[in-house]
Amino acid sequence: MPAVRGDGMRGLAVFISDIRNCKSKEAEVKRINKELANIRSKFKGDKTLDGYQKKKYVCKLLFIFLLGHDIDFGHMEAVNLLSSNKYTEKQIGYLFISVLVNTNSDLIKLIVQSIKNDLGSRNPVHVNLALQCIANIGSKEMADAFGTDIPKLLVSGETMDVVKQSAALCLLRLFRTTQEIIPGGEWTSRIIHLLNDQHMGVVTAACSLIEALVKKNPDEYKGCVSLAVSRLSRIVTASYTDLQDYTYYFVPAPWLSVKLLRLLQHYPPPEDPGVRGRLNECLDTILNKAQEPPKSKKVQHSNAKNAVLFEAISIIIHSDSEPNLLVRACNQLGQFLSHRETNLRYLALETMCLLATSEFSHEAVKKHQETVINALKTERDVSVRQRAVDLLYAMCDRSNAEEIVQEMLNYLETADYSIREEMVLKVAILAEKYAQDYTWYVDVILNLIRIAGDYVSEEVWYRVIQIVVNREDVQGYAAKTVFEALQAPACHENMVKVGGYILGEFGNLIAGDSRSAPVVQFQLLHSKYHLCSAATRALLLTTYIKFINLFPEIKSQIQDVLKSNSNLRSSDAELQQRASEYLHLSVTTTTDVLATVLEEMPPFTEKESSILAVLKKKSGRMSAQEAQREARVQAREGNAAPAAEKAQNAQLKTKSPSNAAFPIPQLNNSTSADLLGLSTPPATQNNTQSNTGVLVDVLGDLYGGGGTNTHNGTSAPATISMSGATDNIKKFVCKNNGVLYENDIIQIGIKSEFRQNLGRVGVFYGNKTSMPLQQLVNCECVEDFNGLPDLSVSFTYGNVPQRLALHLPLSCNKFFEPTDMNGESFFARWKNLKAQKIFKATGPMENASIKTKLLGFGMQLLEGIDPNPENYVCAAIIHTRTQQIGCLLRLEPNRQAEMYRLTIRASKESTAQILADLLAEQF
Amino acid sequence: MIRFILIQNRAGKTRLAKWYMNFDDDEKQKLIEEVHAVVTVRDAKHTNFVEFRNFKIVYRRYAGLYFCICVDIADNNLAYLEAIHNFVEVLNEYFHNVCELDLVFNFYKAYSVVDEMFLAGEIRETSQTKVLKQLLMLNSLE
Repeated sequence: MPAVRGDGMRGLAVFISDIRNCKSKEAEVKRINKELANIRSKFKGDKTLDGYQKKKYVCKLLFIFLLGHDIDFGHMEAVNLLSSNKYTEKQIGYLFISVLVNTNSDLIKLIVQSIKNDLGSRNPVHVNLALQCIANIGSKEMADAFGTDIPKLLVSGETMDVVKQSAALCLLRLFRTTQEIIPGGEWTSRIIHLLNDQHMGVVTAACSLIEALVKKNPDEYKGCVSLAVSRLSRIVTASYTDLQDYTYYFVPAPWLSVKLLRLLQHYPPPEDPGVRGRLNECLDTILNKAQEPPKSKKVQHSNAKNAVLFEAISIIIHSDSEPNLLVRACNQLGQFLSHRETNLRYLALETMCLLATSEFSHEAVKKHQETVINALKTERDVSVRQRAVDLLYAMCDRSNAEEIVQEMLNYLETADYSIREEMVLKVAILAEKYAQDYTWYVDVILNLIRIAGDYVSEEVWYRVIQIVVNREDVQGYAAKTVFEALQAPACHENMVKVGGYILGEFGNLIAGDSRSAPVVQFQLLHSKYHLCSAATRALLLTTYIKFINLFPEIKSQIQDVLKSNSNLRSSDAELQQRASEYLHLSVTTTTDVLATVLEEMPPFTEKESSILAVLKKKSGRMSAQEAQREARVQAREGNAAPAAEKAQNAQLKTKSPSNAAFPIPQLNNSTSADLLGLSTPPATQNNTQSNTGVLVDVLGDLYGGGGTNTHNGTSAPATISMSGATDNIKKFVCKNNGVLYENDIIQIGIKSEFRQNLGRVGVFYGNKTSMPLQQLVNCECVEDFNGLPDLSVSFTYGNVPQRLALHLPLSCNKFFEPTDMNGESFFARWKNLKAQKIFKATGPMENASIKTKLLGFGMQLLEGIDPNPENYVCAAIIHTRTQQIGCLLRLEPNRQAEMYRLTIRASKESTAQILADLLAEQF
Repeated sequence: MIRFILIQNRAGKTRLAKWYMNFDDDEKQKLIEEVHAVVTVRDAKHTNFVEFRNFKIVYRRYAGLYFCICVDIADNNLAYLEAIHNFVEVLNEYFHNVCELDLVFNFYKAYSVVDEMFLAGEIRETSQTKVLKQLLMLNSLE
């Protein structure tokens, strides 16, 4: 090696020393300004600079830029350096450009020609510099200019290996910018065959390129599987002396092995038994090597070896088909759980989480429960403890739930603040999921509130209330337990909320015991009243009015509280209003009316816990898509500005007048909606829309038409019924775009697109007085569903609040993917469950319009299959997150009788019925 | 894939920054500061990995310098940890016992070492022999 220090540019070294010697920021700036002035005068001066001087000054400018100062000249000189024949000058020019290109994209136009010259050069060093520069910039302009040259360089027999390596990765970078850049056809096989290249460096680079291509088009590149397996096999069976240059601390080609294993994870286990066998041999060998004594004590040796091992385990988990390998992987990770290297313990916990989800290895993972619990208690690095929590969560099932939940509760008392909230959610989910005895569930949640009340989000305590309301067997126990919990001298406000709600509903169940007599319950709750926030007080006031109904004997005491100045004249409008309304209710109405109004809450509709959605949101490991789904558009503008809400509960409005409203005193409409899991509305709305969101409904009523918000001086919003819009919405079954609703003030248009189980609905609010607004709703079909999600739009027009109750045109058939098939396979499948409908034609029975409707419905129209040419048959698949539902359709028009017979067969019975209902309305 | 490579000293001064995603200058500065804050509080008993926004940082400390690679969540931690070490061994050989000052005075050479070993956010060449041979050849050029 030549001595590199101090060689090259003396002036640069002097300048850097000067900067380093500056005692203050001011001195540094002064020195830099002096230098900038000097360089500027040199560049502008009459004397032409030679290459060396140009290089030196450009390099100084680059140094100044890297220090964090702006550079507004010198670009031309840098561009000039590109045409130099000297490597050192060219290199500085290219470096300057690739570092500064972000800030000055005009530069790109100037350099394209120079790069072209270098790409075509006979000197591989120049070609390489050009490729590295293209890869570093990676812009669309680069893809346009060099998209055709680089693939040729990559596969040409004359290209040197070093250049091929750069070309492969350069192409990868351009492919990320512009996907069309990769030529198809014979190129595919030539690119795949780079995996066979003699030069391991070329294989290493090509492997990354191929992985990216495979991600986009797995079928086209599936030829790479067998090549990758043989390459891997050669490496794995090689001794460390075989691959000299590529052996790293006695491990043969660790990085290439990792890349090959990752590439293979884009495919299912190979179908060809030979290839599959060879791959399994490789995995087996890697697992065996992990058991061998280390060839070196250096951490580099073990890291490199384990990098390959973890990737092998990852592919074993991905295939999820070899029980033997899965269990071996699990045992290996089990050893790592108590390894002295923190890195290995961390990775073992992380990887075991995945193993816990496989049916083959779930039991094997459970063997390590004690070690994992121990990790929770002893690990110093919080991120390791976090992984231990994740693993406990993943390995939890009915058999160990009580123990794991207990351990997590124990840990919660001392847990780091950063992970408490997530832990609370996890405990709440596990307790609900695996509760065999709901008294245990109630205990767990109350413990959660006791231990970490601040971290118990609304979703959690809403949920315990939902469950208690719905399960009669636990109501008495819940009332008794909250009563006891409230006796603690200091209890968390969330406890007061849960206690207030539950006693208000079920306090009568424990009132027989003199220790928890009505008056005792009331006094206990009221002793907390003054310490609570307005929202909790509002809830307690509702509890009190419910008490008046449950326990008439304490009516006067309660009326005293309602009458007290602090309530009746409270500065909080909500409290004042409740106090006065409840007081009047208790004074003026008969007991019969009171009993009806304050009746026990009806059960909540069972649904999947909304807490899960919150957990997903909390854990930072969210895919971009999920993140996108979370994004909500809030629109508010001018005169008639629609602020669209996603409250899917209009149909429940009819419920509340007869049943007692038990308003959750949550003054923010959108947060209370979260109770129903609507915080991730696009993802869940398809299946939540059928749920009766009683709580939200009550709120809607409270804020909508109940007259309760008179205090702010505005009248209740005029609710426009959607009856006029019903016809419009029907049209959307067979089309994706159109006008959803229109009146004198507003026009609401819909533009939607769907791909498999995902959809995106653009809602356009055409404000008839100003610019339209657009809102994008991303949705995912979780399972097949009936009905339509509600869309409630509120806005003010001329100071009058307006409210529209509409539906989003999202019906089940939107998630169809048309499927082509021949007559044979059509009738072979025509034997499943079916839903049939015979109905009268409402419009003319024209062939063209029937076809349009069927196509708009989203299915593939299959011609020439049905023996009767009058009939129509179609096929498609509905994509949902969890499954794919195959659907076949046959429509038989009877023109004499003006009737249709519609038969739909689907791999899921309910789906067939939903589709039949949807489509029948269209004819 | 690698999102960026950062070499920082304990005071937070950047000695090398290589970006494989398009960030604007303000964003780069923010990332540099955040990485420094996240990495310097950790001690030897901690792992060499930290979750970072939607990515993770794999890092290793050599004397006063932190070598950090930001990669995707699903990437192989140990492979990148050793890629750092491999890179450091090359720098060490190339600069004859590399120290922070080498990276300051010869920053433009350090960038070419990076480009030999990493490109487009991927590992390009892992053989120290091959990289050093190439660098030696380039050094002999005018």
